[in-house]
Amino acid sequence: MAQVSLATNIAGIKLKNPVIAASGTFGFGREFAEFIDLNKLGGISVKGLKLRPTRGNKPPRIAETPAGILNSVGLQNPGIEAFIKDELPFLRQYDTAIIANIAGDTVEEYCEMARMLDDTEIDAIELNVSCPNVKSGGAAFGSSPGAVSEITSRVKACCSHPLIVKLTPNVTDIAEIAMAAEASGADAISLINTVLGMAIDIHKRKPVLGNIVGGLSGPAIKPVAVRMVYEVSKSVRIPVIGMGGIFSGEDAVEFMLAGASAVMVGTANLVNPFACLEVIKGIEEYMEMYNYRHVNEIIGKLDTA
Amino acid sequence: MAKALKEKVLSLKMLSHSVFRMSIESEYISSTALPGQFVNIKCGDGINNILRRPISICGVDRQKGTFDIAFQVRGKGTRLLSEYSGEDLIDLTGPLGNSFSLPHTLIPQKHSKVAAVGGGIGIFPLLFLLKEMNNAEKHAYLGFRDCRSMVMVEDFREVTDKLLISTDDGSAGYKGAVTDLFEQHIKTWDKPDIIYACGPVPMLRKIVSIAQAHDIMCQVSMEQRMGCGIGACLVCVCATRQDDGWKYSRVCKDGPVFWGQDVIFEE
Repeated sequence: MAQVSLATNIAGIKLKNPVIAASGTFGFGREFAEFIDLNKLGGISVKGLKLRPTRGNKPPRIAETPAGILNSVGLQNPGIEAFIKDELPFLRQYDTAIIANIAGDTVEEYCEMARMLDDTEIDAIELNVSCPNVKSGGAAFGSSPGAVSEITSRVKACCSHPLIVKLTPNVTDIAEIAMAAEASGADAISLINTVLGMAIDIHKRKPVLGNIVGGLSGPAIKPVAVRMVYEVSKSVRIPVIGMGGIFSGEDAVEFMLAGASAVMVGTANLVNPFACLEVIKGIEEYMEMYNYRHVNEIIGKLDTA
Repeated sequence: MAKALKEKVLSLKMLSHSVFRMSIESEYISSTALPGQFVNIKCGDGINNILRRPISICGVDRQKGTFDIAFQVRGKGTRLLSEYSGEDLIDLTGPLGNSFSLPHTLIPQKHSKVAAVGGGIGIFPLLFLLKEMNNAEKHAYLGFRDCRSMVMVEDFREVTDKLLISTDDGSAGYKGAVTDLFEQHIKTWDKPDIIYACGPVPMLRKIVSIAQAHDIMCQVSMEQRMGCGIGACLVCVCATRQDDGWKYSRVCKDGPVFWGQDVIFEE
């Protein structure tokens, strides 16, 4: 059987395969390096970074819901300086794309972080304008085309790395937001961040999460995510990175047929440290089954006739 | 180092109306696990019931290559776990977390006096800890809701020099909180050198304040709703003191065992 090729290049980011560990589920790779060879991953999007160290939200920060989880971590992170100094050198030992996910309280903070990352050896910046768990910043920037447009063009002007804009699903028209990002210089779009949700302990009559509300992820949101990736892929010409409840190669192929050039695996990492590797293997098996030679042959090949 | 394993369930015993003890065959866990550590178990299919459940190790048998866990059925995950039977394979990661400091590492050259205080299902990791201690006088204080909830009492008796029980309703042992029983007892007994505690947060808060009042070293094992169990997702945190401020520490990786004075207990 002919060897299948999973290597791809999106927005100038070289990926040995289209599977990237999603931000917030993979830390800075250290914990997973005990279980898997990080060289085998297409890329790693690191834990969301802020300008300064951030404590995050009050626990409990997680609740299990049917085929999903709600989380309200609230961007606990060591700050961008500590990332550059302590975490990036570790990650750079591996031959995998490193994506810095950044979140600011103001547009200026996003720009400052982008400038700080400019002469570092990251492969791309992922602009987090979609975290549902912080009051300022995050999703506040990602919910209107005007705000996404402003932040994208301002950050693009101060960094030379490829810029991925990560979108929130908690909007009425996601295609409109994606088009605004594209028109303002985004090199790629990633979606979806978590779906805003809530769970209640009826015996205590209290919210399960310390933050009251949180972000829903996992298989429960996959159909929502596939639909949004489909809508966005039809509306923009820049590459789309799809995510939302990918647990298997078949799940990843769904996103790719819907138009995603690459995928991110998130919640699955929390259950299975080998999740990303299993998704890569599953994509390969699908390609072999249908005699595809190159992974690009399946992207956007959805037949809606 | 933690590994992802698929191991064979050897037996599952019901200890009370809701508490089970499971023996699992595992060369790796039995030869590497330390008291205080836990395993993170995939109880369901990992899709409909996504999260693993962190369960403390309550003992190992290094000769036989087995280890035991004990758990209370409290929700969907633990109910699924209680439906396993002998010969089933169980998907787990472990051993995870840090461990209790054994007395000889804290006070060398001394026959130390140790108090282990456990409340409810918090008693299980203490059994493993007490069994691993040599050259110490070991007292254990176990608190239960009532006599029907009492489990593993004989196991504790075997590994302690003195065992005291409390129940909330007085149906066995001292009537009242285990913290009150403990506080009364250390006034008559020479005070212990080290306290190890595991149980509900109000109990731990009280134990830490007793330890501080009597100037006794104290380690507590914390519990929190957990995600990955390996330190990556930052979900299972507790507030701890740091320099002149505080931070959120990961219960699964920085803990579950913390020095009592380092933990900031939420009101």
